[in-house]
Amino acid sequence: MVEPSAYLLLSAVLFGIGVVGVVARKNVLIILMSVELMLNGVNVAFVAAGSYLGDAAGGVFAFMVMTVAAAEAAVGLALLIALYRLKETIDVTELRILKW
Amino acid sequence: MVNGILDFLWLVPALPLLGVILNGALALFAERPLLLREAGLPLPGGHGGGHGTGHGSHGSSSHGTSAPSHAGHGESHHETPAYRRLVSFIAPGVIGAAFVVALLCVLSLAARPAEGRTFVQILFPWIQAGSFLAPVGFQLDPLSAVMALVVTGVGFLIHVYSVGYMSHEPAFARYFVYLNLFMFAMLTLVLANNYLLMFVGWEGVGLCSYLLIGYWYEKQSAADAGKKAFIVNRIGDFGFILAVFLIFWTFGTVSYTEVFAKVPLLSHSGVLTTGLATAITLLLFLGATGKSAQIPLYIWLPDAMEGPTPVSALIHAATMVTAGVYMVARSSALFLLAPETMMVVAVIGAATAIFSATIGICQTDIKRVLAYSTVSQLGYMFLACGVGAFTAGIFHLMTHAFFKALLFLGSGSVIHALSGEQDMRKMGGLRKYIPITFITMFVATLAIAGIPGLSGFFSKDEILWQSFSSPHGSPVLWVIAAVAAGITAFYMFRLVFLTFYGESRMDPDVEKHVHESPWTMTLPLSILAVLSLAGGWVGIPAVLGGSNPFEHWLAPVFHPVAAGAHGAEGAAHHPAALELGLMALSVAVALCGIGLAYFLYRVRTGKPEEIARKWPTLYDVVLHKYYVDEIYEWAVVRRVVNVSVWLWEMFDALFIDGIVNGVADLARAAGDRVRRLQGGVVGGYAFSLLAGAVLLVGYILYRSVVQ
Repeated sequence: MVEPSAYLLLSAVLFGIGVVGVVARKNVLIILMSVELMLNGVNVAFVAAGSYLGDAAGGVFAFMVMTVAAAEAAVGLALLIALYRLKETIDVTELRILKW
Repeated sequence: MVNGILDFLWLVPALPLLGVILNGALALFAERPLLLREAGLPLPGGHGGGHGTGHGSHGSSSHGTSAPSHAGHGESHHETPAYRRLVSFIAPGVIGAAFVVALLCVLSLAARPAEGRTFVQILFPWIQAGSFLAPVGFQLDPLSAVMALVVTGVGFLIHVYSVGYMSHEPAFARYFVYLNLFMFAMLTLVLANNYLLMFVGWEGVGLCSYLLIGYWYEKQSAADAGKKAFIVNRIGDFGFILAVFLIFWTFGTVSYTEVFAKVPLLSHSGVLTTGLATAITLLLFLGATGKSAQIPLYIWLPDAMEGPTPVSALIHAATMVTAGVYMVARSSALFLLAPETMMVVAVIGAATAIFSATIGICQTDIKRVLAYSTVSQLGYMFLACGVGAFTAGIFHLMTHAFFKALLFLGSGSVIHALSGEQDMRKMGGLRKYIPITFITMFVATLAIAGIPGLSGFFSKDEILWQSFSSPHGSPVLWVIAAVAAGITAFYMFRLVFLTFYGESRMDPDVEKHVHESPWTMTLPLSILAVLSLAGGWVGIPAVLGGSNPFEHWLAPVFHPVAAGAHGAEGAAHHPAALELGLMALSVAVALCGIGLAYFLYRVRTGKPEEIARKWPTLYDVVLHKYYVDEIYEWAVVRRVVNVSVWLWEMFDALFIDGIVNGVADLARAAGDRVRRLQGGVVGGYAFSLLAGAVLLVGYILYRSVVQ
């Protein structure tokens, strides 16, 4: 039996890597992947907590997040392709027309 | 139906209102489209506005060009559209009907005993707020009876006259809408049973005066004169409405019967102090100086002559301008409690009488002479009120309405005959061309000059005698008034001699067209001439063997404090010989004036110019009306304009706009700072999201740790 705190540590590390990826990277593809990493970090925490507490709700939430993540990935990648066709770049520092 | 015909008193103002509605509909739906269609045609010469008497020019341009239906008629003057015939039937018709109703009401009132001659008819409550109640109600008593008869009677004659005089005007129906509206407002004013409703009529006649002075609004001077009249009257109206507030504050009501019933009680109990009565009456008198053209607010009346001449006769001589006298007489119970106000009224009246009479000497425009004469005669009426002789004031109001309306209508007939010429220097010798106008105007001139036997003599002499003998009077006032009477006789005969006698000085073009006016104009002249001749016979004083029924008729209104008290007193203290002697003296003064006019304008016709050359400064000052307009322009108008400009630039443009623009600038500056947060870089947004989340989580953790 692994300590629950270890799962939570893994979850925090995954989430932290994701956050750094979202904030620091310029490539939209990498940012999307980092978002997936954050979501999965959270999933780890859900499943661990559910297992520890003997509550099925944690697993249910994890599946829920996966579903949403799949949809988000589909929409996100579609936008990415459209963006690339329009601007011929996927560098977020160059995509800054949406401002006042 | 215990009151019989009196229950139909409301018809007296309602009939003119009906005329307004009917004529208004005709003006809007029949006349206006016609005029607009004409104006739309780009024709040189246009339509003949500008002069009330334009001949031919209008007829040809409008009929030749308007609709195909007119094509066959060419220049015919007799081709009047149907709506015009309808208007010229309705407008005088409703006034005539109102006169008949008023006459029947007054006869029914006269059948009552003297004490019971106050009839109040409340139609409906108008303003009700707490203890304040102002109904729409009409009051017929001897005073309002005289006013209602004069207004409807003279008004009817002038309506008939107007049909002839205005027949060449394109905006025919509009004129009669205004004239009927004026009659409605004036009858509301005189028949109202409370001060507030009187104020409604007061403002109504002011509005109609403005509309009719500016009837030829394409003419700049007419538009300006209308505005001047309206604005000058605002000053007086301000005083009037303040007085009404004070009356309500003091008496708790604005209805005449209740106010005057409370006067003795409140003055004995000390609520109505002399100071308060003085304040109320001075404010009322301020209103009267505006409406009745007294010093210092008389300046609008001479300019009001820009309006059509029947308007000058009806509004600016016979009726509206006497509203101030009526109001003062109506409030006589209050005025008698304020001796200072009485003195002010008498002095202002006497000063106005002589001041404007002297201006009248040098005027060359026939209507302006009459305008200054009107101001002067109104001064007499106020002099009478100021010395407590309200009956004499109202008596002169009535006779003046007859002969001054006649003089104005006569001058209108002269102007009509001369195709619009108003300058007396271009008249002369008209006696043989327009005999009816000459005879009627001559009668009026004799009346205003105070020749014994005519109406003006009795009323003017009553005022002169009262200003000498009454407890409020003084010999000084008598001397001023008598001199003014002499000057009046002088300038009126100057007018007659310049216009009707001597050699013709007319333009040859004009002279060819001189013609007597149609019957619609000469008939009112003749009726008014009879009234000017005989109208004074209702007030022949006791000393001349008369019984003065006019004074007895009005006695119930003024009796409790005024007429009875010192009427008897005056007779007791002064012997009849003195009264007769003063009468003879004033007639002598008038004859001197006439003689001087005869000498200067018939015998030695070069003399007036010689005098003018001899004292150029004096002549110049009088010719320019003592430069009062210029002084007002400099002392008041300039100041008001300057203050207004300052307010505009400093208060409005700087302060108000500063606040509004300042708030906008603040919002914009704040937005300019805040917008930098939205840089468009996704990483930045993600970072602020993260920072927010960290802060929130940190805060929650901190809270849980502390607890």
